[in-house]
Amino acid sequence: MSALAAVPQLVPMAGLGAQMKDTAWVNILIFGLFVAITLVVVFRASRNNKTAADYYAAGRSFTGPQNGTAIAGDYLSAASFLGICGAIAINGYDGFLYSVGFLVAWLVALLLVAELLRNTGKFTMADVLSFRLKQRPVRIAAATTTLMVCFFYLLAQMAGAGGLVSLLLGLDSKDKLGQAVVIAVVGALMIVYVLIGGMKGTTWVQIIKAMLLIAGAAVMTFIVLAMHGFNLSTLLDAAVTKAGDGGAALLSPGKAYGATGTSKLDFISLALALVLGTAALPHVLMRFYTVPTAKEARRSVVWAIWLIGIFYLFTLVLGYGAGALIGSKEILAAPGGVNAAAPLLAFVIGGPVLLGFISAVAFATILAVVAGLTITAAASFAHDIYTNVIAKGEVNPKAEVKVARRTVVVIGIVAIGGGILANGQNVAFLVALAFAVAASANLPTILYSLFWKRFTTQGALWSMYGGLALAIILIAFSPVVSGNAKAMIPGADFAWFPLANPGLVSIPAAFVLGWLGTVLDKTKESRTLQAEMEVRSLTGVGAEKATPH
Amino acid sequence: MGSTAHSTSDDPALTVDFVAEQATDEFQNLRKRHRSFVFPLAIGFLLWYFAYVLLADYAHDFMSTKVWGSINIGLILGLLQFVSTFGITTWYVSYANRKLDPAAEKIRSRLEGPLTKEEAAK
Repeated sequence: MSALAAVPQLVPMAGLGAQMKDTAWVNILIFGLFVAITLVVVFRASRNNKTAADYYAAGRSFTGPQNGTAIAGDYLSAASFLGICGAIAINGYDGFLYSVGFLVAWLVALLLVAELLRNTGKFTMADVLSFRLKQRPVRIAAATTTLMVCFFYLLAQMAGAGGLVSLLLGLDSKDKLGQAVVIAVVGALMIVYVLIGGMKGTTWVQIIKAMLLIAGAAVMTFIVLAMHGFNLSTLLDAAVTKAGDGGAALLSPGKAYGATGTSKLDFISLALALVLGTAALPHVLMRFYTVPTAKEARRSVVWAIWLIGIFYLFTLVLGYGAGALIGSKEILAAPGGVNAAAPLLAFVIGGPVLLGFISAVAFATILAVVAGLTITAAASFAHDIYTNVIAKGEVNPKAEVKVARRTVVVIGIVAIGGGILANGQNVAFLVALAFAVAASANLPTILYSLFWKRFTTQGALWSMYGGLALAIILIAFSPVVSGNAKAMIPGADFAWFPLANPGLVSIPAAFVLGWLGTVLDKTKESRTLQAEMEVRSLTGVGAEKATPH
Repeated sequence: MGSTAHSTSDDPALTVDFVAEQATDEFQNLRKRHRSFVFPLAIGFLLWYFAYVLLADYAHDFMSTKVWGSINIGLILGLLQFVSTFGITTWYVSYANRKLDPAAEKIRSRLEGPLTKEEAAK
């Protein structure tokens, strides 16, 4: 993820980079094909979009394996594909540490969240959190954290899209206008997908993208391994040799995070946010509503874990493969910098066609991820804020979906504008921030309301607002925003918080706030609703069923 | 369900006395079976993950010890995290299929039973 940070502004055209530029039309052609196919699928999927459950939750008609593949498509963002490959190629072992955290995190979703959430909620995270607490305040808080996480994640993706353009479409990395046009195209396509296809269309885009991404990575992994006698040790040696002096450091931890005591703490902070944030990302949670039963939700996570795990094993080979076959010097010199590792590797081992395929997949990845974020944010606004707070539940579902659709357009326009403004800014920390906010503002309240009988509204509000505020304040005063040359605002220095990720402080603090707010709360929550939530969460009594078509 | 999670007017669950249901031995058994499995497992994998993170962060020399060719302890432990994640997943699914689903299904069909037949008759 931090790899996206390294998209350099002024890079000399290196040999490979220049060669890649000549075949950029292949990338555009393959990407155009992807768009054409997915548009047809989205239009076909939209035919059955009648009710709110159709629009937000795809009529709860996907199977576990389908939804699991879509989750993988939603989760494996450009940051995890291009970013992790690049991080392993440049920083070796420390790049691999990301993959481990990103994968292990799914066990939280599998064991503690997915099924219980499916049984008690309807469309959004707030449905579950406000189930047995006071509706209005808890819903507003949950919708606020949902919108914040989606916004940070969306902005990071859109700004990253601009950076990737120069690499994948062969635009000059200084051509800000060209990049702005591409950001606008990505945003407009995303609006079309989500507006027309709703959750069903979005899900199919994610399924198609996940299959292409995993297949492409599998082919590349096979070729890289074949070139090294199917021996991982030989591949590692080749990467060390190519790196020259000090290359052995690629195989040991510490190259990226081992420098100082602070950077080591920073890594713990990041690890905490990754492992606890995933199961509280609203766009991931919303995917569990697209299946008919809790059992299918469980199967979804199982499929997602296998697909994501296998994919990260591929990136290990691809990262070291890029280190061995291209070398960090050439990667860093190419347009796109660290992110160029995977596309360069595709070009070296498979020529322009494989490069075109991988580039198109990288683009499709951005598109699928922003679509998932947008429908989540729109559902939360329309269902939580508009229907349940502004109109106090007195809205028919048709009107609610209309509001959701309008919200999609607004979010799309904000994302395009934000993406263009943030293009070239160093905003890669936003992805890590989204995970930290999810882990601090959402996870404690999710776990407490599912498992702690005594938990109250005050505890939920303290934990959600406290976690959200702490995470954002700490990041604002951290070294990623100011105080050094690589910061977002390099000219100023108001960084008093030493870590680049707030998780180490904000996550435990949010857990403590949730506990403190509850024990200091004199009011008692409804005993009946607690009983109902607990019985329903474990048995699936009265859970939302699939809509028949 | 109405438009909020609270209003359960058109829901068969409304007729259920959840407080009484929660107190039944049958439900308490299911709750215990669920928690006694997922809580220890969740704590276990988190401890194992953070042990790995701390080793990768503070025990560079140990992690760099070569075991087989250029493959060192760090890489092996990292790959073992993948293995344990896949393993826990499979273990939980088999436990849930055997011990949780049948018990949950029993309670659900007891509580929703009449309605399901009615729906089937439609």
